Amino acid sequence: MTGGGPAHGPELTATAAAGDSPQSAGVAGSVASTGTPAIEAAPSFWAKFSKSSPLVALIVQRFALSIGLLFAVSLMIFGGVEALPGDFATTYLGQSATPQAIENIRKDLGLDQPATTRYVQWLGGAIKGDFGKSWASRNSVSEQIGKRLGNSLFLAFFAAIISVPLAVGLGMLAVQYRNRLPDKIINVISLAAISLPEFFVGYLLILFFAVKMGIATFPATVYDSMTLGQRLSAIALPTATLVLVVLAHMMRMTRAAILNVMSSAYVETAELKGLSGLRIIARHAAPNAVAPVINVIALNLAYLVVGVVVVEVVFVYPGMGQYMVDAVTVRDMPVVQACGLIFAAFYIFLNMFADILAIVANPRLRHPR
Amino acid sequence: MTDYTRYLTSQVALGKMNRREFMGRAAAFGVTLAVAGTMFDTAAKAQEPKRGGNLKLGLEGAAATDSKDPAKALSQFMFVVGRNWGDMLVESEPLTGQPVPALAESWEPSADASTWTFTIRKGVKFHDGKELTVDDVIKTLQRHTDEKSESGALGVMKSIKEIKADGDKLVLTLTEGNADLPLLLTDYHLIIQPNGGLDDPNAQIGTGPYKVTSFEAGVRATFERNKDDWRQDRGFVDTIEMIAMNDATARIAALSSGQVHYINRVDPKTVDLLKRAPTVEILSTSGRGHYVFIMHCNTAPFDNNDLRMALKYAMDRETMLEKVLGGYGKIGNDFPINETYALFPEGIEQRAYDPDKAAFHYKKSGHSGSVLLRTSDVAFPGAVDAAVLYQESAKKAGIEIEVKREPGDGYWSNVWNVQPFSTSYWGGRPTQDQMYSTAYLSTADWNDTRFLRPDFDKILLEARSELDEAKRKDMYRTMAMMVRDEGGLILPMFNDFVNACGKNVKGYVHDIGNDMSNGYVATRVWLDA
Repeated sequence: MTGGGPAHGPELTATAAAGDSPQSAGVAGSVASTGTPAIEAAPSFWAKFSKSSPLVALIVQRFALSIGLLFAVSLMIFGGVEALPGDFATTYLGQSATPQAIENIRKDLGLDQPATTRYVQWLGGAIKGDFGKSWASRNSVSEQIGKRLGNSLFLAFFAAIISVPLAVGLGMLAVQYRNRLPDKIINVISLAAISLPEFFVGYLLILFFAVKMGIATFPATVYDSMTLGQRLSAIALPTATLVLVVLAHMMRMTRAAILNVMSSAYVETAELKGLSGLRIIARHAAPNAVAPVINVIALNLAYLVVGVVVVEVVFVYPGMGQYMVDAVTVRDMPVVQACGLIFAAFYIFLNMFADILAIVANPRLRHPR
Repeated sequence: MTDYTRYLTSQVALGKMNRREFMGRAAAFGVTLAVAGTMFDTAAKAQEPKRGGNLKLGLEGAAATDSKDPAKALSQFMFVVGRNWGDMLVESEPLTGQPVPALAESWEPSADASTWTFTIRKGVKFHDGKELTVDDVIKTLQRHTDEKSESGALGVMKSIKEIKADGDKLVLTLTEGNADLPLLLTDYHLIIQPNGGLDDPNAQIGTGPYKVTSFEAGVRATFERNKDDWRQDRGFVDTIEMIAMNDATARIAALSSGQVHYINRVDPKTVDLLKRAPTVEILSTSGRGHYVFIMHCNTAPFDNNDLRMALKYAMDRETMLEKVLGGYGKIGNDFPINETYALFPEGIEQRAYDPDKAAFHYKKSGHSGSVLLRTSDVAFPGAVDAAVLYQESAKKAGIEIEVKREPGDGYWSNVWNVQPFSTSYWGGRPTQDQMYSTAYLSTADWNDTRFLRPDFDKILLEARSELDEAKRKDMYRTMAMMVRDEGGLILPMFNDFVNACGKNVKGYVHDIGNDMSNGYVATRVWLDA
């Protein structure tokens, strides 16, 4: 939940992809080897297609794989929630449960049926796009999630458009002044921000800007009747917190990747040509360093959507994270499933997007040998 | 009313209530003004409630899973929401806990207290303009007692056998006499809805002082004043905004920065820090909720009363109150009733920490080895600390307690009422009878100490239909002694409700009934500009 959020991303997606199905190995293993030996041995439509337009083939394959992954995720969420102690009826009523009330709820929701029946029923609805009704509030899940997801995306969007350019820019600046004072200042400040737990960063900002100075809006609750201006002012503090939390990761990756390229011969040539330092970094070194940076950015973006529940709680912001935690607490399966799938979809598609961008940015990856 | 004024003045004399609060109370409750006003006449005029303004509450306890149906209200947030838009048949008097009329104007029991006739108030309108009829009341009560009901009030309503109308009066027939029936109808789930809420239980349409203008589960709720309210002594602010704030620090920050006027659940550990803020006032109200350590009387080794006594004497209540509640509470005496209940049995000796007596009983019990206590912070805030404190105080008496921390998730279904020795929390009930029937009757679902005593059950049932108060009080005394000296309950303390408000919030009523002025906070206070 804290700074570790983004760092866990790669393992999570990597294991999920690898463990899915045999045919995934080729794709998930390396974007460079789309044509597996088996396909080459017997040239088919697919083999020809993937040779002629590898990028499209890759995207198609990735999409198919994503669907499979989402299915696996839904199965895992269902199994996970089933394995938690207590079912919806007992946890929802908590200390005020009576045997009769529990039985009534179970009967009403069909919890007395076996788990497989319930999963198949849910899956049948989900395929048709019907995620059902929340067991607790009896409202349509899609409708409720729509609102919450909108809030989450709103916050993530503003955090991203501030933090990504800032991180990349600061990274370049750090390379330009490497091992000198500006580099060190940037490093120390961003590392300090990432080392503090995000709730603590949040509390500090609240203390100074809302309580002491009284210039920031708190709580950051957003609701329907707010104007855009009010919304922006409400999310100022949570956005600042998120920017501080994700900045260091992306900035340091940018710095490391560019520094790596900076030692190559063509950069030396550029230097000898007499180009300025920043121009070399921006025009010559950065494009070749973009692949790892894009991956880190994608993971951080995913984190901004799915991993910010602590920030939501601290700032009283009605996002998806809080919604899912509430649902897990009472084992509200339809809501947990829907949230879990959306989160998984975000990770999967952002990763896919990052891979595609990396290939586009680096033509060598497009033509596998 | 003499009871009420006596209580009121005694509260003032004890310093439990300041002048401002006293006047707020008196002014807010017009009925009592006639009596109390003569004593505080001039001051009363100076403290007239002011109307208008937007009241903002930052409350803990909301979740995205909250249901709008009052029958399913469970959280603190929904408790207050319901009080804002709805009315019950009966309310409880804030300081004495006696039943007072709400939508029922008056009531009359039969001689054996098994049949009750309620006169329903006339000319009361629902928010949708329809007039309240006895039929709405009947449908509401039926919805909560129905066999398929998922209502939180189902346990309370079990004893009602028949619900019918007699002209425009409501007649309730019970399975056995119950002198406390009106108080049972104060339950916050039992909001009277048009047609009993059968058309749409989630409509949030009632007869209360505020109409719901927007509601987003787990986020926010807003209200506007009901201009046609049938009562003039409530609903002073124009609009209410309730914001869900589940983080304790966020609530404190919001209050101290003036973004909200009132917050609930102030952590006793930070009260002293919050007190320093110049614009904040701490509101501490004694309540009936209690923190407990419960042993199953029918499970070894706790089936031995000497071991139970040893564990009771090994509890250092004073330290516990100081360390866990920061002093915001009252010491308990191992029975679940305190002086806020009507017919409280006074003069029962306070059990104190006594390592020698504990050691004596422990030796007599013949138990050896450690005793396993399961706990989690879900049981009550600070429960794990409390268990460790208890471990220390018991060690001095030579009793070894092993503390096992259980996961909070699922604690109520896997540990509480399942494991033989655990920590737990009990909210208060409107009456002594209700408290004992819920948790100490042999057949009760929530008999979490497995206190199976036919002789106790017999007295409890006799007391229920006894209309002679002196006799009844005597019976309650016997019952308290039985639980205290033979039961499986260790009750170190009753917790106060600790809330806080801005200094511009006036007229807050310290209600013994439940937290947050029994949920009526928003309908009772006013804002002083």
